[in-house]
Amino acid sequence: MKQYKAPVLLNQQVSNRYWHMIVNTSMLDQSVEPGQFFQIRCADKYTPFLRRPLSVYRINEHTTEFLYLVKGKGTTEMTTIEQGDTIDLMGPLGNGFQIDSSMKTILLVARGVGVATLAAVAQAAYNKQIHCVAILSARTKEDLLAAEFLEGFGADVYKVTEEDGTSDVTNVQSIITNEIFGKYKIDCIYTCGSRRLSKLAQEMSTNYDIPGQIALEEHMGCAMGACFACVCDVMDGDVTKSVRVCIEGPVFPLRKVVIE
Amino acid sequence: MMKKLNTEVKIGTLTLKNPVMPASGAFGVEMQDAIDFNQLGAILPKSITKYPQPGNAKPRVCETTAGMINSIGIQSKGIDYFLSTIIPSFDTFEPPLIASISADSIEEFVEMSTILGNNGSVSALELNISCPNLKGDGSAFGMDKSVTNKLISEVRQVTELPLIAKLTPNVTSIQEIAIAAEKGGADALNVANTLLAMAIDVDSKRPLIGNVMGGFSGPAVKPIIVRMIYQVAQVSSLPIIGCGGIMNGRDALEMIIAGASAVQVGTASFIHPTALTDILNEIETYLIEHDIDDINELVGSVIV
Repeated sequence: MKQYKAPVLLNQQVSNRYWHMIVNTSMLDQSVEPGQFFQIRCADKYTPFLRRPLSVYRINEHTTEFLYLVKGKGTTEMTTIEQGDTIDLMGPLGNGFQIDSSMKTILLVARGVGVATLAAVAQAAYNKQIHCVAILSARTKEDLLAAEFLEGFGADVYKVTEEDGTSDVTNVQSIITNEIFGKYKIDCIYTCGSRRLSKLAQEMSTNYDIPGQIALEEHMGCAMGACFACVCDVMDGDVTKSVRVCIEGPVFPLRKVVIE
Repeated sequence: MMKKLNTEVKIGTLTLKNPVMPASGAFGVEMQDAIDFNQLGAILPKSITKYPQPGNAKPRVCETTAGMINSIGIQSKGIDYFLSTIIPSFDTFEPPLIASISADSIEEFVEMSTILGNNGSVSALELNISCPNLKGDGSAFGMDKSVTNKLISEVRQVTELPLIAKLTPNVTSIQEIAIAAEKGGADALNVANTLLAMAIDVDSKRPLIGNVMGGFSGPAVKPIIVRMIYQVAQVSSLPIIGCGGIMNGRDALEMIIAGASAVQVGTASFIHPTALTDILNEIETYLIEHDIDDINELVGSVIV
């Protein structure tokens, strides 16, 4: 878990609630995988105190991008960082998604800021010539930020929102079973950002015998495996096992996670 | 020629090459990528319980002004796992290993201390007397002077290892508890565990911690701990290990000047993974700059 001071190349508001940050990460001595995260020090102050785990949005050769939802003190403080400033980050941390080149078509089911996490999967899939189908769910159409980014990678994107009254689980289920499964043979389901959609993705994975992976979000303390703040339950055969999201995740096999 | 700097401190019969060690629950073998464990005064893995226990409901941590509240619930795989896996994982490191024990009853403290006292890799025991006495009224052992005295004296009978009593700050008089622990046969006092605290989200009206209340740590608590170290040093001749809110070398020095012989660093490692070794370096720089040859000259040197 190396700590870096990384130059910020861009930090701008992209919608009412979301900001986009590009950081020069050419100093990293390891590659960054979709699903991995960085522990960000939002400000060099005692308040906000804890680092914030942010998953990577786009991974480039010398830069890493984050798409973040401005939600509380930490992310509000992050919006004051300017181009040319440096940001204190630790990472990349955790286990990323497995994206096997032998797959032909994958399904992404993302909600809210989880879209950012799965955008990195779409990017990696594109590079491996894997076709992506994505369901993006958000409160408003304006919050469906990464849709164009995903479409740029050739993804077929289904957008559902509260604003349009299309984001309920029943409708998403119907899109998956009637439209997507009718058109494509899905090799793997990837999900992030919503408990309800993750449960649905888990059901689809089980009922249709499609492997799946989930990236979990959790409040973190150390993000180094020491403090046991960010635990979740996974099934190990018939036994429930408590695991640390920061080092044993944040990506887990979809069917193994006990979604609360 | 520069004189050799002495940073060695004594905790009972145990000599530490320097006064900086991790606080229980904020350190694990996973952190060896971030810092060189061999630079530490001691190694102190997360508190262990006799039996495996699952830990508390989430959220287990929340942020507050200049600090955090945690209620992890000592998620533990039990003493057998500690002996078979955790202790060996630190075998290759030089600093002495201090085992931190949490138990539900005095009998269990005695039983675990016997087992760990017979393990050649354990150099000292830290008794977390801040945990609740489930065979008593459920309040922490360390909230009652006679329970504290009984606990320490019974453990004293079964082991020769240096005993560190980790006091709870959630008491009316920490001096009374410190005296009781000293009379019971403790070799050192850890001042202190986290402060019982609570935070509420005013929008949802729900506590920010799953277990409702938790332990408060971080820089916000440091003045309280400094005060307690100062108070304990007035009434006890035992070495004190200061713990609570240290973020940098000057914070550690403040506790040493108040009366601590050593310090523990916990929450700071969450913010800066290299905090432990940074703090040690800052202490050494201070000693050199102030022309102090021996760190022990600083202990309790506060001028009032």
